[in-house]
Amino acid sequence: MAAINAIFSRYATALQISPLLITLLFFLIGPVIVIVIISLWNFNGFMMVEGDWTFSNYIKLFSKNLTLDNYLQTLKMLAITLAITTVLGFTLAYFLVFDLIQLRTKLLLFLLCVVPFWTSGVIRMVAWLPFLGKEGIINQAVMAVGISDTPLEFLLFSEFAVFLSYIQIFTLFMMAPLFNVMARINRDLIEAAKDNGASGLQILMHVIIPLCKPGLAIGAIFVTALVASDFTAIRILSGAQVGTVMASMSNQIYNVQYPPASASAIVLLLAVLLIVGMIMRLVDVRKQL
Amino acid sequence: MKRIKSHKIETGVSRRSVLKGTAAVAGVAAAGTLSGGFPTLWAQDIKDITVRTVGMAVSNMKPLEDMANEALDFTVRQTAAEIPAIQSRALTQPNSGDLFEPPYMLMKFMWPSGNFQAWDTTKLPEWDTVVDLYKAPGKIWPDAWFGDGQNPSTVAYTSGPDSTDFVEAGSTQWITNHPVLHNADTLGIRPDLIGRPIDSWAELVNPEFAGKAALVAFPQIGLMDAAQAFQGNGEIEYGDKGNMTREEIDYSIDRLIQLKNDGHWRVLWSTFNESVQLMVEGEVVIQSMWSPAVTAVREQGVPCIYQDLKEGYRSWTLGHLLPKHVEGKKLGAVYDYVTWYHSGPAGAFFARQGYYVVTPDNTQKHLPEAEWDFWFEGKPATVDIYSPFGKLMEKVGAVRDGGSYKNRMGRVAVWNSVMNENEYLTDRWNEFIAA
Repeated sequence: MAAINAIFSRYATALQISPLLITLLFFLIGPVIVIVIISLWNFNGFMMVEGDWTFSNYIKLFSKNLTLDNYLQTLKMLAITLAITTVLGFTLAYFLVFDLIQLRTKLLLFLLCVVPFWTSGVIRMVAWLPFLGKEGIINQAVMAVGISDTPLEFLLFSEFAVFLSYIQIFTLFMMAPLFNVMARINRDLIEAAKDNGASGLQILMHVIIPLCKPGLAIGAIFVTALVASDFTAIRILSGAQVGTVMASMSNQIYNVQYPPASASAIVLLLAVLLIVGMIMRLVDVRKQL
Repeated sequence: MKRIKSHKIETGVSRRSVLKGTAAVAGVAAAGTLSGGFPTLWAQDIKDITVRTVGMAVSNMKPLEDMANEALDFTVRQTAAEIPAIQSRALTQPNSGDLFEPPYMLMKFMWPSGNFQAWDTTKLPEWDTVVDLYKAPGKIWPDAWFGDGQNPSTVAYTSGPDSTDFVEAGSTQWITNHPVLHNADTLGIRPDLIGRPIDSWAELVNPEFAGKAALVAFPQIGLMDAAQAFQGNGEIEYGDKGNMTREEIDYSIDRLIQLKNDGHWRVLWSTFNESVQLMVEGEVVIQSMWSPAVTAVREQGVPCIYQDLKEGYRSWTLGHLLPKHVEGKKLGAVYDYVTWYHSGPAGAFFARQGYYVVTPDNTQKHLPEAEWDFWFEGKPATVDIYSPFGKLMEKVGAVRDGGSYKNRMGRVAVWNSVMNENEYLTDRWNEFIAA
């Protein structure tokens, strides 16, 4: 019995992480390896040739102007979405944590932010149509008030519409980790800063924001991954007229071009990991948590 | 060992004649031949068989599944999926279904994969009633258009049961897939917002409709719709709209980009519901469309016409692919299922949605004459026309858009196809998206 206990305590950590490790191995690492393999198979325009190893899918990818255009577009969408969700997420989290006193109100309002997730992603997108469309609510209002004689067409099937959807959905992913770190800020620190004569802005800049860094980093990682991997919002809300990396990849998959699409997927994965790496360098999340 | 079993089924002596009886009896007979023709012994066995079909939502749905289960002794389970899911399942997990129902345009990907076995037409009692579109010489009627692109007959036959090639239509008894149903696509328009007659594909690129036109977002199909428009416009004569050269692709994509820069395309849609919403909301007045989407718009009280155009239709068809893992009693059940599918009731069901199952003669037997005249003959309705789901679709006197079966399927200008320059096309299409 004692021996078993000894073994158990010796491997306790390994046992504890094993469920997650096994899940990740099967559902993350495994599929990625398969994608890497397929990306290295020759593609003859119609079929992938199993076991015919080649780098041609990568060479083709990097020799296309389209690739650069797609990445620039994706980065642009990412930068703008990150900027807006950060400001919004921070403000909302700040309001919930510092401005509200009752825990019940905090939780209630936090739950309200989750309401959009009660329905499927596609429905959320399609729901924008009667809202932003030419004959939608906003345009009817705009024309009734006399701001414009013709409907504002940029509202829908445009980059604007995609941003709107990104911000609506992804702000929560920024807000949640920020809420988490902010709630754990020791109020005594703020009192101490006040006692030392710090202004509200100084407290924000020198106390709260530095302590929120891990939340910002985690939120940024979420938003990066979500923007980089989206193709539904791009398809539906831009009317498939904005060319991101995922938009091109989904067309390749639709046309059964698995090896080129796999190569594109691997490059995108590396690009996202690079961005995540940069974020992690800026903020040592582990140390600060 | 297992292959021998299935061989026995296929060579069952009385199978063909028995099958011509009711489908239920046929199901038993298929299994029955295993024991030398004592069907009843196997009735219990066949009950436990489940035939899993994987296809698009337009043809895999509860009402049809219920009809099949009522008529057949075994269980049919239909799964609806999007095209990319169907193709990846068929290519990478053929064991996950017993019948795959991809569009014909994917046959060039599907059949050479070696995941599928040929159907033996001599074991298909309904084969004689399948229209000639899928046989030599690839024309549904002698005076029908052959059409650009991949005419179904060109990918219909193979040399043997385990082959992966395509051979001349009618030259063997082996078919790569069992054709299911077909239809002809054209442009959907809002007649109330356009206010004048539309008779040519060229109108899709008419600057008059700038910001009010839409195209389907799938590269192959969207490009062919655009090509119909450019050729209708008299600006280019394609050698083969369904299999363009690089120069033709370049011309078409450059024109699409130019139109995009002029703000011509309001949207490129990718789902059925989007195309319906676009028309209902008046976002677009002319666009690529599917037949039931036009019906769905009209059901909401919004006028919408599936416009007959002088250049003809872009047509598509679905086929049943039979994975190699299906054998023994299940193989018999699958043969019985397609036999039932083409015996008439399913044909009548689909006819009421505007689709044509490939055995129209059998469909006719199961459709009241007034409905046959409306759906197939293009005559004004003499009775109110209801959808299979009981919704009133047309009142007495209405005429089906595009007219008769013959006017539509006899005038196919181009077949949904995968072009030889598929990879180049996808790259250039993505440039159009990114432009």
